[in-house]
Order: sequence, then structure tokens, then C-alpha cells
Amino acid sequence: MRRKRFLKLYEYEAKNILAQYGIPVPQGALITNANSAVNAVAKLKPPFAVKSQVLIAGRGKAGGILFADPVEEAEKAAEKLLKTAIKGIPVKKVLIEEKLPINKELYCGVTIDRFARSYVAIASAVGGMEIEEIAEKTPQAVLKILVNPQQGFRSFHARQVTRKLGYGGSQLLELARIFEKLYQAGMDYDAELIEINPLAETEEGSFVALDARIIMDDNALFRHQEYKKRLLGEERDRTPQENQALRNNLAYVKLEGNIGIIGNGAGLVMATLDVIRCYGGKPANFLDVGGGAPTERIAAALNIVLSDPNVKALFVNILGGITRCDDVARGIIEATKKPVITKPIVVRLVGTNEEEGKRILAEAGIHVLDSIEEAVNQVVKLVEKED
Amino acid sequence: MGILIDGNTRVIVQGITGNQGRIHTKLMLEYGTKIVAGVTPGKGGAEIRGVPVYDTVEEAREKHSPNASIIFVPAPFAADAAFEAIDSGIRTVVIITEHIPIKDSIELLAHARQANATIIGPNSPGIITPFKCKLGIMPAHIFTAGSVGVASRSGTLTYEIAASLTKNHIGQSACVGVGGDPITGLNFIDTLELFKEDAQTKAVVLIGEIGGNIEELTAEYIARDYPKPVVAYVAGRSAPPEKRMGHAGAIIMGKSGTAENKIRAFENAGVKVAEKPSNVAALLAKAAFV
Repeated sequence: MRRKRFLKLYEYEAKNILAQYGIPVPQGALITNANSAVNAVAKLKPPFAVKSQVLIAGRGKAGGILFADPVEEAEKAAEKLLKTAIKGIPVKKVLIEEKLPINKELYCGVTIDRFARSYVAIASAVGGMEIEEIAEKTPQAVLKILVNPQQGFRSFHARQVTRKLGYGGSQLLELARIFEKLYQAGMDYDAELIEINPLAETEEGSFVALDARIIMDDNALFRHQEYKKRLLGEERDRTPQENQALRNNLAYVKLEGNIGIIGNGAGLVMATLDVIRCYGGKPANFLDVGGGAPTERIAAALNIVLSDPNVKALFVNILGGITRCDDVARGIIEATKKPVITKPIVVRLVGTNEEEGKRILAEAGIHVLDSIEEAVNQVVKLVEKED
Repeated sequence: MGILIDGNTRVIVQGITGNQGRIHTKLMLEYGTKIVAGVTPGKGGAEIRGVPVYDTVEEAREKHSPNASIIFVPAPFAADAAFEAIDSGIRTVVIITEHIPIKDSIELLAHARQANATIIGPNSPGIITPFKCKLGIMPAHIFTAGSVGVASRSGTLTYEIAASLTKNHIGQSACVGVGGDPITGLNFIDTLELFKEDAQTKAVVLIGEIGGNIEELTAEYIARDYPKPVVAYVAGRSAPPEKRMGHAGAIIMGKSGTAENKIRAFENAGVKVAEKPSNVAALLAKAAFV
């Protein structure tokens, strides 16, 4: 079973998509090494915005966007960015764009309203910050239109919103067209979020997408093969453990603590982390092996968690339903028979084929507990002793 | 009593010839669920554990008059299967399938609402009315009949809490997994409405988790005079922001969706919130005579 993960597109990818839908974006060039900067900007007019392509929120504040004028400065800026890391992520690509004279910054986006079980189109006369921040600081500026799934977000919806943003005449038509195209792009690409922020009104009164973000629904990637390949192929922005987890179809999230956690079912694993905290322990990770995990997947999970140098002890919490306790036990044995494994392991194992699972582990000298509390108590004490 | 299903519910299994479909058909039959037919396109004429298999839901309807469906169809085709069930007049549809695209779910749920059909899921472990009917994949032995209704966003965590209730001699009127996806058909508020009307249900347990704002909205709903005691547990107190914890629905964006927010909302609505899964039983005993 595949586990859920993100697919965020880079700014330049999102802008390429918007451009395909006829939404104006600044003239620009993507470079991967500073030497090519001068060539790349030859056709562009200064001044420039030089933007690191990383999937990090708050990139601007973290120093990931520089401004340059004249051309030589653009090269220097690109060189500088390609040598830096933004919040720990090395910059591999830089987008150099013409920096335009701006009159005003707006926001428009389409995302999902869980409670209404529909898409929601959002527009704001204030842009530039995260939409959550805009909604907090100037709630009156934010307009929301729930999209009736059987009707869709139609041209007239887009005109209504644009009118409420205060535009008329040709500006109204142009802005409405952008909004409608944005919705279409979002639907076509199965976007959980598609947004232009800021959407700039230039001094000439036209509109340009200065920054764009698309988060695709990774469950829909069977309809978008080119992105599916990329998700599996690229190892960017991930730790070795995360890449291992991805290859083995495990849901893994690295945390700050020192107690490794493996369980079956997202809710149960989250609850396990919470109980660890209740008892004063600090979880090193979240790892859900999913439903019906076979022996190999359990072994892979143990290898991943035990390979994390921060992990001092491991807690395996399994409530067997579709998952069979004997499969789990064999997976634990397989992963721990390597002589290098010296970290203590606490196992809680109940449910389907529980007796067989316990017997297998008992033979290998691994003690099994019945309740989460008992097990957590023990693993927290083990880690305290190590310190 | 119980909600949505009972001992007379006539069930079809869509995707009955797949691996999970076969296993759970067997387990549901063993529990006593009346499975009248199975559907797998291209496999009409086959038989699984004595259950006849049809190519279309329409044929199954003509021969067996089912009134509920459980869907094990792979994600790319699951929404279509649910549309097919609704089109054949089935008004209770459980979707076990995980990883259905959100766009498909949105279209399906809008249609279901208009057709007055109840969708449980997607990405749900199903629903069980102990000793009467099991329409799901939960391990049956941990449930026992009684007067507590359980609704949950999680699978194994539901089993954890249901097992602890049973151990403490607290039986259940029904247990529903509403599904781990960001968008689901039946939600906590809908389930509370059903439990409100159910004479057997004396108290309700809600098992929530981080992500979205359904717990907060449910708390508002409960605060408006909900007549039965409610106990809650919320998983994910120690989850870091913007990380997805396995469930697509379990992601914290900014300040909304955190466990603290949800727990506070519940407590303000007079709902007792358990600190650990094992505390739910004790809180229930205090909140109601169950």
C-alpha cells in the first residue's frame, strides 16, 4: 500500500503551468550555475529579482530572494544564492526575473474546504503575505467563494469576485480571466492548492503573477505520470531515513527526540507519540507501517529507525487487525539478528495471531508487553538509563 | 438498533474478487453480515465463498435487492464504483479504499448529498453494530454490544479504544470510522445526529486527530444542546506543524488544526477529553451510566 506524501511544485514549475494557461508571468530565466547568468539575462531588462528555487515557506525572509541592477549584479546574486542553503536546504536552481514597477499586490488561490467538502476560491485585495496571515490581519480584505462541484467556478463567479475587489472595465475582465484560468489549471493538475501570491497590479494597470505555488494531490498522480516519476526519482530535501521509507512505502516523519517509534495505523502511531510525551519521553520519529504489513516491510521499518543515530531505544506498538502479529515478530527478528544492533527494543503486540508472535519473540529473548502504558513506561526508563 | 446498518442489512461487496475483497467477505460472512452479492467488472458468473459475483451493480440489484455496499475497488476506480452503487438506488455506501484523489471525492460526495445517500469514508475501516452486522475491516472480537456510540477518524486507534471499552465492560451501539481523508462523506456532526436519534445509544465517544477543523466545528455543534454525554480523544499532541502524519487529513497548517485547539474547543463545549486512549473508559463511566 502506498502512503500519502506531498508534491509541491517549484515556483518556476508553477509559473510554467500558469503561462500555459495564458496567465501573465514576469519574463525570466532559470539557471543552475552562476556562469550562465549573464547569458540568461541578456534578453531581460534590468532591474532583476533573483530567486532561489526551494520548497520552503518564508524564503524571502530567509534571504532566498535578492534584487539586482545592473546585469553584473544578477550574476553575483545568483552565485551567492547557489552557494547558500535556505533553512538547511541547498539551492540548486535560481530563477532570474525582470522586476516590474508595482502598484498593488493582490492574492488569488483555489484550495479545499474540508467541511464544505468542496473547492473554495479565495481572493484578497491584500497580497504578499501568507493567506492565513492576511486573513488574520485584514479579514475584511479576504473573499471566499465555495465552489459547487456540480457547477464549477464559472466566468461569472470570477467577475463577481473581481468586482468586489474594486475593479471595473478592462481590468475587471482581465483579472476575472486570470482567476478563471487559475481554477482551470488547479482542476487539470489535481491541485490541493494553487495560488498566485502576490498577483501584482503593475503601474500600467495590467496584472502579473509574481509568485505562484502549486501543491498537487499525490493520490491523483496516476493521472500525471510525469510528476509521479519525479516524486519517486528525486531525492531532494530528504534525509537518508526518509528516502528509505519512501522506497519501502512507509509513512515516516523525523522528530527531535531519542525514542524510535514504529506502529500500525496513523492514528495509533500519533497516540503512541502522545503517550510517550505523557511519560516524559521524546519521540525520535513517526513511522506507520500501514495495514497488513508483511515481514519485509516491518524489517525495513526497524532498519530505518535503528539507523537514526539519535535513536537510543525503540518502541514497536502493534495492534493486529489486518496486520498479523506473527509477521511483525518475524520482521523484528530479521532486523535485529544483525550483530550491530545493540539498541534496546520494547514491543507491545496484541491482536491477530498474537500468541504465535509472542512465542517467536520470546524465543529470541524479546519480552512483549500488553498495554501501551506499560511499554512506554519501560522504554522511557531505558532511555533515561542510557543518558 | 444502532445506526445505518442492522441484522437485516443486505450488502453487496464491490471489488469482491480482489485480495482484500475476498479476505473481508469471508470475515464479514463469519460475523453474520448478510452479503447477498459481489460485483467485479469482467468477473460476472464467479462465486466467492458462496456469494454470486456480477459484472454490474444493476444486475446485483435486480436479483438481490441490496441496500448497502462496501467498496474495496482500487483508488483510480473507486469513485466510479460508488457512483454506480448510488445510481442503483443503494443509499449506504462504505468506501474502504485509500488514496482516492480529492477531486474525485468532492464530485462523488456532492452527488451523494443530492441523491440522499450516505457515504462512509473514503479511507474508512467501516462500521460495525456489534453482534448484528459488520460492514468493514475491523477485527470483530474486540467489540461487544452496549450503549456507547463511537465515531473515529482513525482505524487502529479505534480498535485500541474499543478494545479498552470492551475490557472495561462498556459495550458499543455502533462504531463508525468516518475515514482518514481530508474530505469524507459522513462526518462527526452527521454521526452525532444519528446517535442522537438512536435509543440504544446513551453516550458517544469521538476519536479525533490533528488537521482540519471538524473537531472544532463539532464542539460548536455539541455546545448547542447536544442531549447525550460525549467523551473525546484527540491524537497528535506532539505532532510538529506542516508535517503529514500518515493520514492525508492529519496535517497541521499554521495555527488551525492543532491538537491543543481541538482539545480546548471540546472542553469549552463540555466534552471530557481523555489524555490517553486508555482513559476514555474511565471518563465515560464518570460522564454517563454505561
